[in-house]
This record gives sequence, structure tokens and C-alpha cells, in this order.
Amino acid sequence: MAQSTGERRFLSVEAANGLKMISPTAIYATLLLAVPLVLIFAYSFMTDSYLSILSDFQWCNYYGNCASYKIVDGVLTPLQPYQGVWSDPLAQTLLMRSLYVSLSVTAATVLLSFPVAYYVSFHVEASRKSIWLFLITIPFWTSYLIRVFLWLAILGYNGVVNTTLMGLGIISEPLSFIVYNANAVVITLAHAYAPFAILPIFVALEKIDRSLLEAGRDLGESPFMTFLRVTLPLAIPGVISAIMIVFIPTVGDYVTPALIGGPEGKMIANLVQLQYLKLDNYPLGSATAISSMILVAVTLISGLALAKLFARIYGRLSGSTVWAVSVLGAAVTCVAFSAACWTIGWVIGPFVAKFLCIAVGHIGLLIGLKLTEARP
Amino acid sequence: MKGGGFKVYAIAYLIFLYAPIVLLPMFAFNNAAIIAFPLSGFTTKWFAALWEEQALWDAAKNSLLVGVSASIGATILGIFAARASTRYAFPGKAGILGMIMLPLVLPEIILAVALLVLLLGLGMPLSLMTVTMGHILVCTPFSIAILSAAFQSLDKSLEEAAYDLGETPVTAFGLVILPLVMPGIISSLLICFTISLDEFIMAFFLAGTESTLPVYIFSQVRFPQKVPVIMALGTILVLLSIILLTTAEYFRRRGIARTGGKDTGGFL
Repeated sequence: MAQSTGERRFLSVEAANGLKMISPTAIYATLLLAVPLVLIFAYSFMTDSYLSILSDFQWCNYYGNCASYKIVDGVLTPLQPYQGVWSDPLAQTLLMRSLYVSLSVTAATVLLSFPVAYYVSFHVEASRKSIWLFLITIPFWTSYLIRVFLWLAILGYNGVVNTTLMGLGIISEPLSFIVYNANAVVITLAHAYAPFAILPIFVALEKIDRSLLEAGRDLGESPFMTFLRVTLPLAIPGVISAIMIVFIPTVGDYVTPALIGGPEGKMIANLVQLQYLKLDNYPLGSATAISSMILVAVTLISGLALAKLFARIYGRLSGSTVWAVSVLGAAVTCVAFSAACWTIGWVIGPFVAKFLCIAVGHIGLLIGLKLTEARP
Repeated sequence: MKGGGFKVYAIAYLIFLYAPIVLLPMFAFNNAAIIAFPLSGFTTKWFAALWEEQALWDAAKNSLLVGVSASIGATILGIFAARASTRYAFPGKAGILGMIMLPLVLPEIILAVALLVLLLGLGMPLSLMTVTMGHILVCTPFSIAILSAAFQSLDKSLEEAAYDLGETPVTAFGLVILPLVMPGIISSLLICFTISLDEFIMAFFLAGTESTLPVYIFSQVRFPQKVPVIMALGTILVLLSIILLTTAEYFRRRGIARTGGKDTGGFL
């Protein structure tokens, strides 16, 4: 009894010390991060007025018709009408394009990075791993703006790709589909976020107990099946962190679409910037920013839920055909799901529902190929 | 050969990663006003042109000021958080750390507009000071990641020995722990400086009339005749980043070696 009281006191002293130690950083983050985030959430329900914000609660920044007000002769007068985020076709297009670009970037970086992480973890000598990781991270730390700008030099009409291909006589006029559109944004972002995808996957692969692989081989699995049923499932936590760490920031990327997106490749961050700095409409800008985060959260949560569902269903199966059944099942589910989504979207009209469904299907497939059910 | 195919792939991937950086000096020394192949001769005139840009020098001075202040601020906050997270167990630890690390994943534009709204709401004028505050917020998670590795590999018995020999927690920290994690601190300072030097969004939203180097570069990009000069500037910046990073990596490794830890590689 006495011991447990003493232990509790020890723990509470430790807790107090820990809280004291972290408080400067925690207070800083609260004041400059948590409070501002709550503030923009609150702003998104307020009313825009000339040189000030009125705290009247309203939904119209998100949906419906809205207006900026001005006080004329003591009377509040609507000055500038505008549409809420989810009623504005431009905002809808940009939100969906951001989602599309971000999902493509996530899929490309994760799929392309996995073999690199695998190589460094499994085939590079222990002493040389950190030099490989260092080489992989260097480009990530060097001037983002300059790198984006160089992609313009590479992909542009007079860029490296076009001048080279034309010089070789392969094409007679510059390729236009690789610059000033969403494709260019995807290529540039996939390049920029590659290390972000490699590192978490590498860390997950490093944690795998190598004797498990030998056990798999000893039990008669081929190297490929061992990879599928042992290595891949154990790497999934790393893949999920990679997906999160690439997907979330890329939805809100500003520089790349601004510099090389052209009018066809602008994304939601460009609209947020316009609404805040040019239109000076803080409530609408806040509503747009919050909407993009809601979109991210919904996509990720439903994607993960779908993956869990797959895992549970296929976890019930057993035998050597489990993997084939899993993949086939996942594919069929995804196709059916996408088809259902297209139909719903087609019926509802605005393509919001449609894109959202496909987004969910994409991420679901990505993680859903999960194989989390393989029991090593 | 073991992993032969993977090796080829990994090297191809590295080439993809480095392609833009390799092209940068080629265009910076190229004697032509447009960025295209074939190259048309060697020149250093774009570097010479850098000297005459007064706005560039102002921006560089601002960046230096912001970078030094932000890296010191973020590293101090990082030391507190890394020490707390590696040494103590306390309620709400995961939640508090999660909030502090949030800038790592949140799109910067969200952070920037949120801060903008707060600062304007408080009536605070936008200046280099506000940019520095934003940069501290962005850099702190990286600082914590580096310093946690340094604190993690620390042997707790060294600290206890100091207590037994009559040191107070404060003097023990100064005499025993600080010297051991010093390489981690230097590494954190360098990384934070590199991030701040490179950070655009916060500076764009929060700088008011002042501009830092990335803001200056962004403003110049729309003028085609300025492009080669920007390439020259980029070459210098990339070189500077690589030097800073290599130094940071050296100190990070030395720190881990000093505290007897195992190198897990990488900053993140």
C-alpha cells in the first residue's frame, strides 16, 4: 500500500516535471497554432464587411449565396454578392483538382519510392545506409522554389524535354500536355515529396525481423510470396504514414500550381490566397481553407475505414489462395464501388459526390491491397 | 548479384531526384538569356549581375536575420519538448506532442492564413518579426525530431551519477547533458536555418512590405529576362544548403556516436 502511494507520488512528480518541461513549446504551439486554427474555423461562419468582420453567425460562406457588407449611413448594406465554397463552381473545380492531383502524387510517390526504400533497407550494407538516406534527403532540403522553377525549365515549351525530343527529331512541335496544367503539377510534386515517402517506408522495413523472412522461406514460400505475405504486411504502417505525410500537405500546395500549373493547373491554395490577400474576404477564405481540410479528413478516414473492412473480410479466409482472392476481391469491390459512385454522382449532378467516391476508392485500393491479413 | 535490379532502379531514382539540381549550374553559367538546350557558351555574367541587385541584398539580409532568429527560437523550444518527451511520462503526452508536431503535416497555407488572421486580429503589424514567429512554428517539429534522437540515446545513469555527486538538476543539465547533446543542437540549428532560408508561404503571407529571399525569387520569376540571374542565385543557394546540410549531418552523427547510440540515419 505504502509502496503504491510512493509510486503514485513519484509518478505525479514525474508528470509535473514533464509538463513543466514541455510547457514553453506547448504554450507557443497553442498560441500560434491551436488558437489561430480555432479562429479561422470561427471566421468561416462570420460575415465579411468593409475593413472589418461582423460576428453574425451564418452558413453561407460554405453553401448558398453570400454577400460582403458595408455600413452606409449607419445601415448595413450588401455590397458584393458571392457564392459559398460548395456552391461556387470554381471552388468546386479547384477542390476536386487538388484532390485529384494530391491522390495522383501520393500514388506515384508511394509506389515509386517503395522499391528504393526496399533496396536501401534490404540490399545496402548497414554502414552505407545513412549515406544513401542522406543523398535521398538532400534535394528535399534545397530551395523548393528554385526546384519548382527548374521543372518549368525542364518541361516548358522551350524546355529540356521538348528541345531534346525535337533535336532528336522524335517530335516536330513542343509537347504541350506536360506544362501549365495539372500533369506538370503532379510531376513536380511527386519529385518534391519523394523523400517524404521513402523515409517512413524505410523505417518500417528496417524494423522487420529478418528471421521472419527466413521462416517464410523455410516453410516453403517462394521469395515473391514471402515478400507479399511477410514483408509487405509489415511495411504497411510505413506506407500509411507515407500516404498521410504526402497526401495532406500536397492538397494545400501553393507554389507549384502558381508557378507551373497555368490556368488549367491551379489548386485550392491559390484560391485561398486570392480570397485572403486580393479579395480581402477573410470569412470566405477561411471557409475555403476549412473545406479543403474537411475534404482531406473525409478522404483519409473513409480510405482507412475501407482498408480495415477489406482486411477484416479477407482475414476470414485462409489457405494458399488467400492472396489471389484478396486482390481479386479488392479489385472487384473497387470497380463496383467506383461504378456506384459514378452513378450517384451522375444522378446528383455536381461532380462532388463522384470525385469524392473515386478518391475514397483510390486510397482504399492503395491501402486496401493491404494484405494486413497475412499472418506471419 | 544481390538486389541488382533494385540497385539500377534506385540509382535511376536518384538521377530523377537530382536532375533539376544538376541542370541548375548548367543554366547559371550558360551564355544565353533563355533557359533551353543547346547550351551556348560559358559566362559568369549572371553571377556578376547579382551584385548589382539592391533588392536582392536587402532580401538576403532579411533572410539571414529571420533564419538566425528562427533557428535559435525553434531549437530552444525543441530542446524543451525533446527533453520532456524522452525523459518524462506525463498525462496528455501524445496529444500535446501531436499538436506541436502538427505543422509537419498541415499544409503551410493553412498555418499561414491562420496566423495571419490571428496577428491582424491582435492588431500586430506584419514584419520580419511575424515571419520569424511563423518560421519557429514550422521549424520546431524538425528540431524536436533531431533532438529527440540525441536525447533518446542518452544514458540515464550519467545524469544520475551527476546527482549522486551533488549536482542540482540545472547544473547536471548544463554540465552533463548539454555537452552530450550539443552536436544534436548544432545539427538542429543548421537544419532550422536551412528550412527558414527556403520557406516561402509564411514569408509571403506574413512579411508585409519586407521580403525574404524566396519572396524575392517568386517576384522575379515572372520577368523572363531575370531568369538566368535567378538561376545563378539558385546555384549559390543550393550550394549553401548542401554545405549546411553536410555539416548538420556530420554533427548529428557525431552526437549519436558520442552518446553511444546506433545510427538509424536520416533527419526525419
